[in-house]
Amino acid sequence: MKSHEEILEILKTKFGEAIIGMMEDTKNDPTIIVDSTKILEVMQFLYDDENLSFDSLMNLSGVDDANGEKVKDEAENEIIKGGTLSVYYHLYSMRIKHKITIRTSVPRENPELESVENIWKTADWHEREAYDMYGIIFKNHPNLIRILMPYDWEAGYPLRKDYKNPEYYKGMKVPY
Amino acid sequence: MGLLDKEFAESNIVITKAEDLMNWARLSSLWQLGFGLACCAIEMMATSASHYDFDRFGVIPRPSPRQADIIIISGTVTLKMATRIKRLYEQMPDPKYIISMGSCANCGGPYWEHGYHVLKGIDRVIPVDVYVPGCPPRPEALLEGLLKLQEKIRHESMVKKTV
Ligand code: SF4
Repeated sequence: MKSHEEILEILKTKFGEAIIGMMEDTKNDPTIIVDSTKILEVMQFLYDDENLSFDSLMNLSGVDDANGEKVKDEAENEIIKGGTLSVYYHLYSMRIKHKITIRTSVPRENPELESVENIWKTADWHEREAYDMYGIIFKNHPNLIRILMPYDWEAGYPLRKDYKNPEYYKGMKVPY
Repeated sequence: MGLLDKEFAESNIVITKAEDLMNWARLSSLWQLGFGLACCAIEMMATSASHYDFDRFGVIPRPSPRQADIIIISGTVTLKMATRIKRLYEQMPDPKYIISMGSCANCGGPYWEHGYHVLKGIDRVIPVDVYVPGCPPRPEALLEGLLKLQEKIRHESMVKKTV
């Protein structure tokens, strides 16, 4: 069993710059921030390494950090420009019985990162959900289509902070 | 009065209006489309189970809309589901009835404001006969809804249009 400081040290010696650090001032589980371009290598290592052996992806979720600049578009709607969207991975090792949370951020205008579906099959539907709700693109995902919203939903990604619900969907009025 | 009034008095001959007979037969065997949506569906299942026994009113779940007389919209109707419900409804043969069960199906329920994916009332898509309020309605409430529907069918006419 490894504490989160030890896990952070192991990752830092292996990946150096790609490990950005521990998330400060969080009441949640200890969270390590990782560079999004290196996410696949880091995850593969967390899965393969003898002393870490994270064999279970408990959860994967997207988050809209809403840390960009709030501006008005042509139709006077408030939208967010810049900033990041994040993906959180909650990992658990059933063999060693320790856990850690990994966070990685991608730019809002181009939210792309590698899929971890090859490592944990659980990631398949979870990544589809993150795509459905936040529009985060997981490269090399075998079937990245919407999972909850209708396949032909065109109004955007509902859990983004600047999302606007449409008036009508297929002739059905949406607002109350 | 009822169909069986004269059964014993006049040696097993029953005299009634054809309309009453038809209505009596229809309201006593309302076959339901086996179809549940959210938390309300659990309550609907409880109503079907032995304790409340939906079956004693002739309500039997059917696996196909072609064999169903009534559809109970039991739960949250998402926009994605609404298109499917509409199709199921259109596949049912006439005459067909709808019970809207619970706040979600009535008006969106707890999702009325922020439910970006929820249809705010099934009556925006298909016509509803009986609304059963509650979140979720107790089995007794659903039974009351069914009795109300039976009341409605009892007064229907084959020749006159009823409101
Ligand atoms: S009305 Fe209440 S109990 Fe019924 S489906 Fe909606 S939230 Fe669930």
